[in-house]
Amino acid sequence: MKYTLLRCCTTPIVLQQYEWSTNAVLEKLGIGLVDVEEFGCCGYPLRNINFKAYVISSARNLALADRENLDLLTVCNCCYGTMRHIEQLLQDDESIRKEVNDTLEKEGLRYEGDIRPKHLLQVLYDDIGIDAIRKQIVHTFKDLNIATHYGCRILRPSKLIKFDKPHSPSKFDELVEVTGARSVNWLKKHECCGSPLWGVNEELSLDLTENKLKHARKSGADFLCVACSYCQIQYDHVQKILVSRRGPKHQLPSILYPQLLGLSLGIDSETLGLHMNQISINDIELYLLDKAASQD
Amino acid sequence: MFFTVALYTSLAIFSLGLIYKVSTWFRYSLGIEAKNISTPARLFAALRGIILTFFSPKLFTLLKVFVLDVLLQVKVLKQDFLKWAMHMCIYYGFLLLLLMHGLDKIVTSALFPEYYSTVNPFLFLRDFFGVLVLLGVGIAVYRRFILKVPRLRTSPMDLYAIIILAVIMLSGFLLEGTKITSYTKYQEMVEEYTVAADEEELRSLEAYWVAKFGVVSPEVKGPFDADTLAAGKEAHEMSCLQCHSRPQWGFTGYTVAKVTKPVAPLLDRAKASSILLYIHFLACFIGLAYLPFSKMFHIFTTPLSLLVNSVMEEGKSAPANIATIQMLELDACMHCGTCSVQCRVGVVFETLRNLNILPSEKIPSIKALVTGKKLSAEEIRNIQEGLHLCTNCHRCTVVCPAGINLQELWLSVRETLLERHQPEFFVLSPLSLYRGLMQDSLDPDKDHYPDPIELALKNIYPNGIPLHMLDSDTPLVPSDNGLSGKVYQSAQASTFSHCFRCVTCTNACPVVRNYAKPSEAVGLLPHQIMHAAGMGLWDIVFSSRMLWDCLGCYQCQEHCPQGVCVADIIYELKNIAVTRAKEKLTKQAKT
Repeated sequence: MKYTLLRCCTTPIVLQQYEWSTNAVLEKLGIGLVDVEEFGCCGYPLRNINFKAYVISSARNLALADRENLDLLTVCNCCYGTMRHIEQLLQDDESIRKEVNDTLEKEGLRYEGDIRPKHLLQVLYDDIGIDAIRKQIVHTFKDLNIATHYGCRILRPSKLIKFDKPHSPSKFDELVEVTGARSVNWLKKHECCGSPLWGVNEELSLDLTENKLKHARKSGADFLCVACSYCQIQYDHVQKILVSRRGPKHQLPSILYPQLLGLSLGIDSETLGLHMNQISINDIELYLLDKAASQD
Repeated sequence: MFFTVALYTSLAIFSLGLIYKVSTWFRYSLGIEAKNISTPARLFAALRGIILTFFSPKLFTLLKVFVLDVLLQVKVLKQDFLKWAMHMCIYYGFLLLLLMHGLDKIVTSALFPEYYSTVNPFLFLRDFFGVLVLLGVGIAVYRRFILKVPRLRTSPMDLYAIIILAVIMLSGFLLEGTKITSYTKYQEMVEEYTVAADEEELRSLEAYWVAKFGVVSPEVKGPFDADTLAAGKEAHEMSCLQCHSRPQWGFTGYTVAKVTKPVAPLLDRAKASSILLYIHFLACFIGLAYLPFSKMFHIFTTPLSLLVNSVMEEGKSAPANIATIQMLELDACMHCGTCSVQCRVGVVFETLRNLNILPSEKIPSIKALVTGKKLSAEEIRNIQEGLHLCTNCHRCTVVCPAGINLQELWLSVRETLLERHQPEFFVLSPLSLYRGLMQDSLDPDKDHYPDPIELALKNIYPNGIPLHMLDSDTPLVPSDNGLSGKVYQSAQASTFSHCFRCVTCTNACPVVRNYAKPSEAVGLLPHQIMHAAGMGLWDIVFSSRMLWDCLGCYQCQEHCPQGVCVADIIYELKNIAVTRAKEKLTKQAKT
C-alpha cells in the first residue's frame, strides 16, 4: 500500500516528532509514503476569511495526489475534514470544479477525483486493520490508562465524515487498546480541544482545554492520546502555557498515537521523538512490558 | 579621457551607493525591539560579533558555508539543476571575465607577463567566459519567459539584470567581430608594429591577413596564390605572430566577422567598432554605478547573508545584530522566486490576487515600509494581509538559497505593522495559532498582544461595538442589502430556513456552555444566529462575537434534528462579515 503524505503546515515547526513517528510506524507496517514536494496548506485556516482561498488550497492538494494517482494521507483532523469537504464539494458542484480546474490548469494540474483523502487512523484501522497491526506488536502496555481524544473533524459532520459513529465511536479506542493500554471512558471525550481559538480568544481556548483535561484526569487517565496536529499542539504546547498561567492542577501529558503504537511495535523512543514533547511523556515507557512478559 | 572620466564617475557612484546601502543596514530596523537600539550600538555589536566569530570554532562553519553554499551553490543544485547551471554560468563566467579581461591590466598582466588579449589561451577564454554568461542569461530568459513557472514573478529589476548582462556580452562579441574585419584597425596595427617593410611585403601580409585573419580589405581580395601567402606568412611571423593567435579562437567574434563580412567595409567606414566600444564600456560603467541599487547587489549581500546566518544562534545572538542582519537580508534577496514557487499558501494568490501573499514579493513591500516610503492605508492593509496569510511553516526559510530567515522577517514586520492600526482579518483565523505560541517572545509585557484581534472585531461589528454593548432600545430593522441571497450561495447555507428554534444547536455548543451568561460573552447564540439570519437582522448577527468564537467543531450541526448546517452557515457568515468590513474600509478611504 502506498500513499502520498500531506504534512500539516504545523508539523515542521513545532511537531516534528509527529512526522518522525508516523514515518517510522507506517514503514514498520509496510506502508509506502510518497513525499510530494508541491503539497501546500490544506486550506483549513483560510476558511474563516475567504472561502475561495480555502477551496483552491485544498483542491490543489487533491489534484497533486491525483497526479501521483495515490490516495492522500493526512495526519491532522483539520486537514482531513477540509480535504473531505472539498472533495465532496468538487464532486457535487460542477461549476466550482470548473473554476478550480481553470485555475489549476496554469500549473498543469487537474482535479479528476480518482483518489481519496484519508486520515492516518483510517489507514490504520480500515486499510491495514487491527489484526495486521496486532501481529506486529512486540511490546504491550500494562496498567496504562489512556484518555483517547478523537478530535472533531474525524467524526463530524457525520454526513461528510464517515469514519466512525459520531456519537459512539470506537475505532480509535480499539487502535489504542491493541497496544495493551486501556482506553477509558470520559466525559467530553468527543468535544473540541480548544485549539481553533488559540491566538484568537485565548481565555476561552484555555477554558475549553482545561475542562477537557479535568474530565480526562477524573476518569483516571495517565495520558491523553491524539492523532491530530492541532489537538496535540493544544494539549502539549498550549497546555504548558495553561499550566504556567493557571497551575498544574489538571495537568495531563498527551502522546501522539503513532508514538504510542510505535513503542508497542518496538520502535525506539528516540526515533519516535518522545523527548520532543513539551510536557514530558517519557514515563510512558515504564508501562511497557515485552511480549514474553505480557504473555506470562 | 572619456573612459577615465566615466570609469571614475561610475566607481564613485558605486562606492557612494555601497556606503549608503550598508548604512541602511544599521540605520533602519524591522522589529519592535530593535527600534530602541542606536546606530552606533548596532555598529559596535556587529564589529564585536565579527571579531568574536573569527576567533571561535565558528570560523570553520563559515569556511564550510563559503565553499559549499557560496562557491558551489550546493543548496541551489539540490533544488533545481537548471537554475544552478544558469547561476554558475553567469557567476563564474562573469567573475572570470572581470578578472581576466576587465581588470587585465591589474590582474592578468601581473600573473602572466606574456599576456596579450589577442593571444591564446586568453583569446579563447575571453570568448568562452562570455559565452558562459550569455548561456546563463539565455537560461534565465527561458526560465522566466518560456517555462512559465507558476507564481515566479519577473520584476523590472530582473529584467534590468538580464538586459545589462546581455548588452555587455553581445556588445563585446560584436566589437570583437567588427575589429576582426576592420581594415582601419588592420592599418593601424601595420603602421605601429611592422618593422621596415616594403610595399610588396605589406601586400603579402595583407593578403595573408585577409585569407587567415578575417580582415576585409577594400583592395586586396582572394583567392591568393601560395607564394603570396607564404611571403605573407613570413611577414606575419616577423611582426604579428607574437601578439596574435588565429582569430578562430575568438569564436564568437569570428562568427560575427564571418556573418558581417559582406557589410564589413560599410561597418568600418561607420566606425562600428568605436561605437560598439562605447556601448560596451558604457554598459559596464552603468552596471557598475547602478550595482548597489540593483538586483546585482546580491553578489555581495547574498554570500554575506549565507555566512552570517550560518553562525547566528537562535535566542543567543544579540538583538542589535539581529536587527542589522534583517536589514542586510532585505538586500540579500535576489528575487529568484524560489520561496514563492514553494510557498504553501502561494496558490491563494490565484484567487486573492494580492501580490504580498507571495514571499518574494513581500520583500520589496517591506523595504518600502522600513525606509519610510509613504504608503496608503490600503497598501498597508495589503502588505499586512500578505504577511498574515502565512501558515508559518518555515518552508520559505528552508528553501531560500540566500539563507534568509524569511519567516522571522515576516514575524518581525507583522508586529511592527500592527502599530499602524490598520485592521487585519486573518488574525481571526487559526493562522493566529503561531502568534499565540510565540507571544512571549513577541511582546513579553503583553501590552499590545490582544490589540489586533480587538481592532479586527471592531471593524467587523457594524457599529464598532459588540452586541451586548448595543443600546437595547435600538430598533431591530431587517436590512436586506441582498445579503440573504449571498447566504443562499451554497447548498448547505440554504438549510437555515429549516430551523424551528429547538435550541439543540446552542445546547450542544461547548462555547456557549463555557459561560454562565453566554449572551454577554458571545452575543447571539447559534440558534439565534440562524433565526436572525432568516429574518435578515444582519447588524445583530455581525455584532455577535459568537461568529468568531465558533470552533468549527460541528457539534451544533451534528445534533440538529432539522439538518440545518449550522457550522457551515456560521463559516459563511464570517466570510460575509469580512467582505462587508473590507468594503466599508475601501469606502472610507475614498471619502
